[in-house]
Amino acid sequence: MRQKNLELMVGVFIALGLAAFLLLALKVSDLTSIGNDQGYRITARFENVGGLKVRAPVTLGGVRIGRVISIDLDRQSYEAVATLSIDPRYDRLPADSGASILTSGLLGEQYVSLEPGGMDSYLKNGSVIKLTQSALVLEKLIGRMLTSAASGDAPRK
Amino acid sequence: MMAWLAGMGGFVLDRLVRLGRANLFLLRLLGALRFLFQRPGLLIKQLYVVGVLSLPIILVSGLFVGMVLGLQGYANLVDFGATSSLGTVVALSLIRELGPVLTALLYAGRAGSALTAEIGLMKATEQLASMQMMAVDPFQRVLAPRFLAGCIAVPILTGIFTAVGILGGYVVSVIQLGVDGGAFWAQMQAKVQLFADVGNGVLIKSAVFGLLANWVALFEGYEALPTSEGVSRATTRTVVTTSLAVLGWDFLLTALMFGDW
Repeated sequence: MRQKNLELMVGVFIALGLAAFLLLALKVSDLTSIGNDQGYRITARFENVGGLKVRAPVTLGGVRIGRVISIDLDRQSYEAVATLSIDPRYDRLPADSGASILTSGLLGEQYVSLEPGGMDSYLKNGSVIKLTQSALVLEKLIGRMLTSAASGDAPRK
Repeated sequence: MMAWLAGMGGFVLDRLVRLGRANLFLLRLLGALRFLFQRPGLLIKQLYVVGVLSLPIILVSGLFVGMVLGLQGYANLVDFGATSSLGTVVALSLIRELGPVLTALLYAGRAGSALTAEIGLMKATEQLASMQMMAVDPFQRVLAPRFLAGCIAVPILTGIFTAVGILGGYVVSVIQLGVDGGAFWAQMQAKVQLFADVGNGVLIKSAVFGLLANWVALFEGYEALPTSEGVSRATTRTVVTTSLAVLGWDFLLTALMFGDW
């Protein structure tokens, strides 16, 4: 009887441990989004991807519809090529949709935002998004502001 | 001057001898593990002693550490309007560092010291010697079950500590401080990676710490002077050595896992 009680308690202990790991795997970490990558792939070419990272979200209208699965450099054109995996539920995105790299919040991470176009044909596996807008690089922006301020001074006089 | 040099040399040699003995001890211990296939009951008993009986302290500490993390993180993040990343802060600090390290330290205090005292007293009262007289190997019968049970218990306790801590952080930040619950979990899931964070932090770190804690505890007990003072010193040394070893190894493991080299 004593031994049975002991075994029961140890069993409960092990079960608690497994439950804790399950919670960590399913609720806390990204397991839910690893295995189910059955989305179709589209690529987008950017002049500059800024701080975009693999696994960053792809959104349309603020709703996440996929994620970035690889970022590569085209060795001929020196453009960054981002491959996006899109959830097959969203298979009716117009073929002339545009993609831009935006930042969530002031200091947040960067993500790809799609803007739907108006064509009747749809993006499918292997499609390339032609209309893209690069990431905003803060230094370049400041530089442009400074030069426009400098040239803007002249006509005012 | 010569005496001082000789003293230093003696000290270093002494340490080296002790380290060598500890390694031989570990080898004998690992060799004795296969005996547990014949007597799994011994393992269950020890799992109860070091695992189940450590649950209350682990649960309570985990809950409070998580709640404190929630409060402190909130106080810092609210200035930047970034309270939605509170979930990430709480989960990452628990999973990568606080969970494994604090569990190992608590385990050393709660179970490691008890192991040392038990083995030391067995030696002082010549129970180990009388086992050998009866051709029972104390390594197989006494040390191996305690060692394996400890090595199994520490990762499980770490998992429980971390999970309870995250729930504690949730209670404080979402229910009490009013952080958005959806953002709490979503940000956490976006930033915590299963293998890089949970696997490295909770599983590998705690496995290493569990091995260290039990190795030190059993070795100190086995090498304790067979007097009441010797046992008391060995118990103190267990807690001190385990804590230092865990913190030192934590730095090494963190540098390997999360440092960029």
